[in-house]
Amino acid sequence: MSTTLDTGEEIGAWQTIRRGIEFSPELREGIGGTFAFAVLSTLGRVVVPIAVQQTLDRGLGAAGEPDLSFMGWMATLAGAAILVTAVASYFMTARLFTAAERGLATLRIKAFRHVHDLPLLTQNTERRGALVSRVTSDVDQVSQFLIFGGLIAVVSVGQIAIATVVMLFYSWQLTLVVWICFLPLFLSLRYFQRKLSAAYGIVRQQVGVMLSAISEPVVGAATVRSYAIEDRTQERIDGAIDRYKQASTKAQGLTAFSFSLGGVSAGLANAGVLIFGVLLGVDGTITAGEVLAFAFLVTLFVGPVQMGTQVLTDAQNAIAGWRRVIGILDTPADVVDPGAAGEVLPKGAVAIRFEDVTFAYPGGRPVLHDVDLDIAPNTRVAVVGETGSGKTTLAKLLTRLMDPTSGVVRLDGVDLRTVPFSSLRDRVVMVPQEGFLFDSTLRANALYGKLDATDEDIVAAATELGLADWLDTLPRGLDTPVGQRGESLSAGERQLAALIRAHLADPDLLVLDEATSAVDPALEMRIGRALERLTRGRTSVTIAHRMSTAENADEVVVVDKGRIVQRGPHAALLVEGGVYGRLHASWIAQQSLL
Amino acid sequence: MSRTRDRSSSVSAGSTLRDGFAVLGVAIRREPWIFTVSTLGSLLFGALTVADAWVLGWSTDHVVLPAFETGEVGWGGLVAVLALFLGVAILRAVGIVARRLGAGVMQYRMQAHYRRDVTRQYLRLPMSWHQKHPTGQLLSNANADVEAAWAPIAPLPMAVGTVAMMVIAVLQMLLTDLVMALVGLLVFPAVILANLVFQRLQSPLMTRAQALRAEVSEVAHESFDGAQVVKTLGREQEETERFARKAHQLRDTNIKAGHVRAFFDPALEALPNLGVLAVLAVGVQRVLHGQADPGDVVTIGYLLTIVAFPIRSLGWLLGEFPRSVVGFRRVSAVLAATGEMQYGAAAPERGRPGALLEVDDLAYRYDDGPPLLEGVTFDAEPGRTVAVVGATASGKSTLTSLLVRLVDPRDGAVRLDGTDLRALAPGALAAHVALVPQQAFLFDDTVRGNVALGADVPDEDVWAALRTAQADGFVAALPDGLDTRLGERGTSLSGGQRQRLSLARALVRRPRLLIMDDATSAVDPEVEARILAALRGTPGQEGSTVLVVAYRKATIALADQVVYLRDGRVADQGTHAELLDRSPGYAHLVNAYEVEHPDEQAEVSR
Repeated sequence: MSTTLDTGEEIGAWQTIRRGIEFSPELREGIGGTFAFAVLSTLGRVVVPIAVQQTLDRGLGAAGEPDLSFMGWMATLAGAAILVTAVASYFMTARLFTAAERGLATLRIKAFRHVHDLPLLTQNTERRGALVSRVTSDVDQVSQFLIFGGLIAVVSVGQIAIATVVMLFYSWQLTLVVWICFLPLFLSLRYFQRKLSAAYGIVRQQVGVMLSAISEPVVGAATVRSYAIEDRTQERIDGAIDRYKQASTKAQGLTAFSFSLGGVSAGLANAGVLIFGVLLGVDGTITAGEVLAFAFLVTLFVGPVQMGTQVLTDAQNAIAGWRRVIGILDTPADVVDPGAAGEVLPKGAVAIRFEDVTFAYPGGRPVLHDVDLDIAPNTRVAVVGETGSGKTTLAKLLTRLMDPTSGVVRLDGVDLRTVPFSSLRDRVVMVPQEGFLFDSTLRANALYGKLDATDEDIVAAATELGLADWLDTLPRGLDTPVGQRGESLSAGERQLAALIRAHLADPDLLVLDEATSAVDPALEMRIGRALERLTRGRTSVTIAHRMSTAENADEVVVVDKGRIVQRGPHAALLVEGGVYGRLHASWIAQQSLL
Repeated sequence: MSRTRDRSSSVSAGSTLRDGFAVLGVAIRREPWIFTVSTLGSLLFGALTVADAWVLGWSTDHVVLPAFETGEVGWGGLVAVLALFLGVAILRAVGIVARRLGAGVMQYRMQAHYRRDVTRQYLRLPMSWHQKHPTGQLLSNANADVEAAWAPIAPLPMAVGTVAMMVIAVLQMLLTDLVMALVGLLVFPAVILANLVFQRLQSPLMTRAQALRAEVSEVAHESFDGAQVVKTLGREQEETERFARKAHQLRDTNIKAGHVRAFFDPALEALPNLGVLAVLAVGVQRVLHGQADPGDVVTIGYLLTIVAFPIRSLGWLLGEFPRSVVGFRRVSAVLAATGEMQYGAAAPERGRPGALLEVDDLAYRYDDGPPLLEGVTFDAEPGRTVAVVGATASGKSTLTSLLVRLVDPRDGAVRLDGTDLRALAPGALAAHVALVPQQAFLFDDTVRGNVALGADVPDEDVWAALRTAQADGFVAALPDGLDTRLGERGTSLSGGQRQRLSLARALVRRPRLLIMDDATSAVDPEVEARILAALRGTPGQEGSTVLVVAYRKATIALADQVVYLRDGRVADQGTHAELLDRSPGYAHLVNAYEVEHPDEQAEVSR
């Protein structure tokens, strides 16, 4: 189990592409046909200018009268080549688009599904933005590259190859001259790629810094104003904007410079062909006409080289994006679903057993030490302890959001790790601290608890929890939109909705992480009552922040520094004193201030 | 106006074109020199592209052919060939660098100018303006809209160069042979027309793809945000299907756009070649009739191929216009917003440790909304602690934002030591008063930076404030202590830890009036009790005046005085005991839990 994201840095560019294609088999579908069209359109791209040039030079420029029949043939050839190129290009592009988009949609969905299995998601909330960009902008980048860059790269390489073959047909010596003139460019490509990727890496980093600086006067508008730190905030923003501008300028300069090198190589190649052409011509190896024809062929070579080298810059970014998405898929899931091989838990009252359970975050100190705990079916247990005592970890182990480092958690004697998720989620439901709702209606949110619930089911659930009158107060009832994260409702109402959702799920074991944030006392009372009814007839484990919850529980488990130090009913523990006595006394002290 | 015009902009291409050029005009006026440099670079590039052909011709006539004729190598000529080709190539490279770097610098500078202006505006405009605009919109105004507004700058120099090249090439063609030129020139309108049709078909698909991309991102954001719910209810499959639906819509739109492109790209490439063939057909006839030289046909064919491809760069430029115009309009709306808060000149001395707060007949409502506060009057004596208590939406948070002058009242006044807040100089209020809001906001900065906020505070004072806020423990445990970076790319803190840091930020300033808007809600009651005890300080010595919005009884119990708000009015005020005694609504509110609780227990035992 890991809390860091596998960035996949270690795998190289080719391996990234290979693995990427494995994850998106659609990319390979019909690749043969697409390639055939690519070859056709590439051939056409070389033939068209040659045919046009031949028509002009040999036909029109023929000694004396223009050679009409030659021109006719050549023009027909050129026209046919234009048509073939266009048709082949159409099929190639369309097929490439289809394959790339299909393949990347698959990759996107696979990565999304996998993110939900990552511990990171529940443990490090501030990295969620990064996870979102894995399934959005990173995939977009790969798709852009595959479609445009990939297209240009394939066609360019093809054109370079064909142009080389045609040049060899005229003169191998001059072909060699052309390649030698371009050799420095080809050799320096890797160097520039590395420089460019470093430069764009800095740009990306500075974008992040700038966006976060820009968000401060908006998201922190109240804080900035109430502390009168407008000037300081502006200075920080200006600094971030400047650094982004500088980084972008530097990267742009590098791009422009590396792009311009292609032109210099082309100039060198043109001069080289003429110079060596003359030298060879004087020896009688080549005619003046051949040299001039060759000079024209060089232009067919230069164009694709320029285009192709440009693409390599984008390739760097796209492959980095691809690598990041693959990195997600390579990050092992923290808890593994045994699936069909597992043991299905039958419905009914649940007994819990912790055997020698120890838990530590990777590289961290143990949060729980050798916990042994038995909870009988249908008991209401409150877990109390100071912040950081390990009580939330207990809840996460019980719902299998995490697995213990050592020891076993059992439900009805069955090791949790052998229970298929479908069965586990059916029987065990956790109600997290803040009632998170999806941006939809109240009904849609309730349905998360039970997919096939009818409106009557939902109202019945609300009635059973004593919340029917609350539903009635909502002008649009179940159609009430809850807003982003449920924020159109108050914090207390969000919790009520979450309780209805949990009740519909009808679990045998309910794990409640009590909210710490205070809500309206009247609503608080309502939540308390609903909770009481929700836990009735079920095994429940509540991570309690209020002593009143502990007082009402059948049994209290006191956690201190990762160990269970006390357990028993409230009254007995009160007599016992100890940690519980201290916690309770401090609570009483607060109450008695009234 | 902006909304209706936004919609019409996609319909009336003419006005978009005009507005697009107007936006570019703004950029050119703001950065005339860089624009000149990049345009000259582009012209140099264009001129040298033509020069390349000239150099080839010159070399052929003066070096290659003579050498073949005489059978002797003229070394001087060969050196000249090398020098000419290399010289042209290097100058052309200079042109490319000037064009691309110039365009980049111009674009980045314009972005920087407008980002600065927009964020200045965000800092200057009052809170009431902020409340009317969704956060997401303001962030995209400063980012995506600024980017969209200046996107056409990138292809601009190339387009200007292209236009210049086109003019020259067209003139030259016309001078060479009028008939052939006119035939060849048919290519231009054909290319432009094809481009227009392409844009027309493509742009709705692109808009749709863009919108779908945003939806895909929203689903992912939400689903990951609610990960715990998804996971514990075992709804991963349903969530994946929800995401897949959007992803598939995006895929299908992209494929559709791809097919449009697949059709037009080859067509646009074929048009100039077809033009050359047409010129050839006409040209042959004219040569046969002695109306033109073969060389004329070659020249016109050549000019046509040189110019036809770059025409597309005009398409790129015009293609950016709709997004640019909309982006610029949105940014301009922010820059045109008015309503700056007015300040006075008063800057009172710090005086005694606690400030006197007078709230006098205060009324507030949003523009045309219902009143949120009405006739609110109470005083907080120096050094006393006042609790503001009320049900949800009774106006408590509105009150705190008036007390620190995030907004100005509709009626009535807030006075600090007798001075109306509106008469205070900028920054004067913050020197006396600190607000700890409900939602702690942390800057992308170190712990020290977040507490000191640029004020010159020694580390001991920072630690002292952290101690009072019960934050010293977890800060000391952070990898770099006070130097630990927080925020999006830094260490993540829990809600309670954030609130405690936000409290330390207020305390380190030793405010004479401390306002806490339910600022310890995410903190364990026990920790909260310790914080509140520390705030009370030592008996016998006057401390800060404290105003606290409270739900928890323990908090309320610490107050010397309670202001009970109901529906935006002060329903009653006095000590907690007095209010319990004489105000049934208050007693019901704070006792609700306790009163109902015995019944619950009775139910349990049944």
